[in-house]
Amino acid sequence: MMSSLSKSFRHFVKSFTLFELFQGLGVTGRYFFKPKITVQYPEEKTPMSPRFRGLHALRRYANGEERCIACKLCEAVCPALAITIDSEERADGTRRTTRYDIDLFKCIYCGFCEEACPVDSIVETHIFEYHFEERGTQVMTKKMLLEIGDKYETEIAANKQADAPYR
Amino acid sequence: MIIDLVFFAFSGLLLLAAMGVIVSKNPVHSALFLVLSFFACSALWLLLEAEFLAITLVLVYVGAVMVLFLFVVMMLDINVAEMREGFVRYLPVGALVAVIMVAQMVWVVGDFAGDTFNGEALQQSVRHAADYSNTKELGKVLYTDYVLPFEVASLILLVAIIAAIALTMRRRSTTKYQTPDKQIQVKRNDRLRIIKMDAEVEK
Amino acid sequence: MDALITQALDIWYLLPEDWQTLILIVAKIVLILVPLMLCVAYVTYFERKVIGAMQVRIGPNRVGFFGFSLWGLGQPIADALKLMMKEIVIPTQSSKFLFLLAPVLSIGPALAAWAVLPFDRGMVLTDINAGLLYILALTSIGVYGVIIAGWASNSKYAILSALRAGAQIVAYEIAMGFALVGVLMASGSLNIGEIIEAQAGGVSNWFVWPLLPLFLVYFISGVAETNRAPFDVAEGESEIVAGFHVEYSGMAFAIFFLAEYANIILISALTSLMFLGGWLSPLEGLLGADHILGTSSIIWFFGKTAFFIFCFLWFRATFPRYRYDQIMRLGWKVFIPVTIVWLFVEAVMVVMQVGPWAV
Repeated sequence: MMSSLSKSFRHFVKSFTLFELFQGLGVTGRYFFKPKITVQYPEEKTPMSPRFRGLHALRRYANGEERCIACKLCEAVCPALAITIDSEERADGTRRTTRYDIDLFKCIYCGFCEEACPVDSIVETHIFEYHFEERGTQVMTKKMLLEIGDKYETEIAANKQADAPYR
Repeated sequence: MIIDLVFFAFSGLLLLAAMGVIVSKNPVHSALFLVLSFFACSALWLLLEAEFLAITLVLVYVGAVMVLFLFVVMMLDINVAEMREGFVRYLPVGALVAVIMVAQMVWVVGDFAGDTFNGEALQQSVRHAADYSNTKELGKVLYTDYVLPFEVASLILLVAIIAAIALTMRRRSTTKYQTPDKQIQVKRNDRLRIIKMDAEVEK
Repeated sequence: MDALITQALDIWYLLPEDWQTLILIVAKIVLILVPLMLCVAYVTYFERKVIGAMQVRIGPNRVGFFGFSLWGLGQPIADALKLMMKEIVIPTQSSKFLFLLAPVLSIGPALAAWAVLPFDRGMVLTDINAGLLYILALTSIGVYGVIIAGWASNSKYAILSALRAGAQIVAYEIAMGFALVGVLMASGSLNIGEIIEAQAGGVSNWFVWPLLPLFLVYFISGVAETNRAPFDVAEGESEIVAGFHVEYSGMAFAIFFLAEYANIILISALTSLMFLGGWLSPLEGLLGADHILGTSSIIWFFGKTAFFIFCFLWFRATFPRYRYDQIMRLGWKVFIPVTIVWLFVEAVMVVMQVGPWAV
């Protein structure tokens, strides 16, 4: 009885002196003077993990031969059905793709294709600032993917190297 | 000159708004016209140097009473056609009341009843100095000469307030409601009891 | 140059006296309203900066003038331009006249109240005796903008939230009025200039100290009255996405927000006038009469007002939104009894001549 009375008295005093409200104001008041953590995006960028999954690319071997052997594992594993592959036998008797399309509107950037690839051909790069201005241009063809791979090969290789110990 | 212009402008507005109250078909528009006529009326009172009454009219009638009126009127679903049906039937009674009211006003304002409102008294009215406070004068009169009627009126209002609250206080036993001040005071130990017991093994 | 001035003065004296007063009054109104509207625009900027800082962000900092970013000072102008370019959509079957009248009704009283606010000793547009009553009357009219906006929109969501916001404003107005009655009892005048003169003579004479509960009630009710966080169920941007102004767009929508910010400035100014002595300096006698902060001046009035505006933003950054029944409970069952009790205490103090009323 006594304790409940003193409890409600304490509660009464606490609510009429606005104790908890001033406590809350104190918290925000302290943060008001803290150094700000905003990153000024186009000028500054946050650090990126080597595992970052951005725009796709197809890689080549050092001798210029494309890595992809049209095994279609990426097509099979793709949960969004974003990859379409056609393949044919090339003149030297190897199996190669004639068509390798990724629909970037369907793609969810899960990285399963990269993990499924037995020859490290399809990879996801660090590129995340891109856009499409016309309908239909969101489908990346084999040619475009290979071009991206050629352009960023050193970066892709370095990222693969950095992540290798954890795979 | 300017004061006359202002007077006629606001009286015209008052008449138009008062017409609007009874003529407009939509009850919400009627209520808003009534608000407008209160405004015009308070402007007229300001011209009579009765600033306390003028501002209180806006504060009480416009700021509080009409807001609640609007609440009610907006929530009602009034069939306008049905409302107009009885117009002819009620016309004689309405006309009679109107005639009586006009007669009363003529009696009071005109030359018949004493000299309170006739022309002479009006011409004798003087403008007060700038530091004249209508509020102070009104307060003095209210709390000296008219203190008993004033207190009786306030008591009646108090009774009305209590009655209004009492009417809303009927609490059915089936109603479920929360008491927030009790809810926030609850501590873990009030609701939960942790007891020590041995693990039971199924035989 | 001198010739030009004398020529202008000649024309001025040729004007009839009525015209001169009329022109002077209009000039004074412009002199109050233009800086006020600029302040309203920059309070929005200030709000985004302050709340940003409290959330460890930096707020708008890109839009500036002439290619310089200037900490984002151009942001309010850009916002205003954007809203002016947008279409004002008028809902079908809505009452068009009332629909467009509602924003005007909500900003009108917020601006008109500045007519009786003194900025400094004698620096006031109209020095009327019933200033306090006038302000009470005008703040009570502001609710019409809300109600008419909700009704004229011809939308069930708008009208329901108009009722909600209207009921909230009406409820808190009573507590505000009672708090001002306390001020009136303490100063013995309805004239705002005289109320401030009654607080002269150092910090200890300010009305905050004898009227501390009324001060708190007044300021918190002011927050509720302007529909600001944590009482912003009228807007509730994070859960119900606007209330009575859902159907408004473009400049008509912006006017509602201008009214909200104008009301914030008004309430802050009123709080500093009624309870913190307006233009009176707390350092009087400490710094010497010739020091700029030692004398009572408009700087102090602006400083105190700015502090209360900052408090509005601070509250918004700190407190979670009230539930609607809690808002009503706080207004009717806590604030009104507290003010009535304190009015009684104050009356007893006046009669017994204790505290600041000791003669």
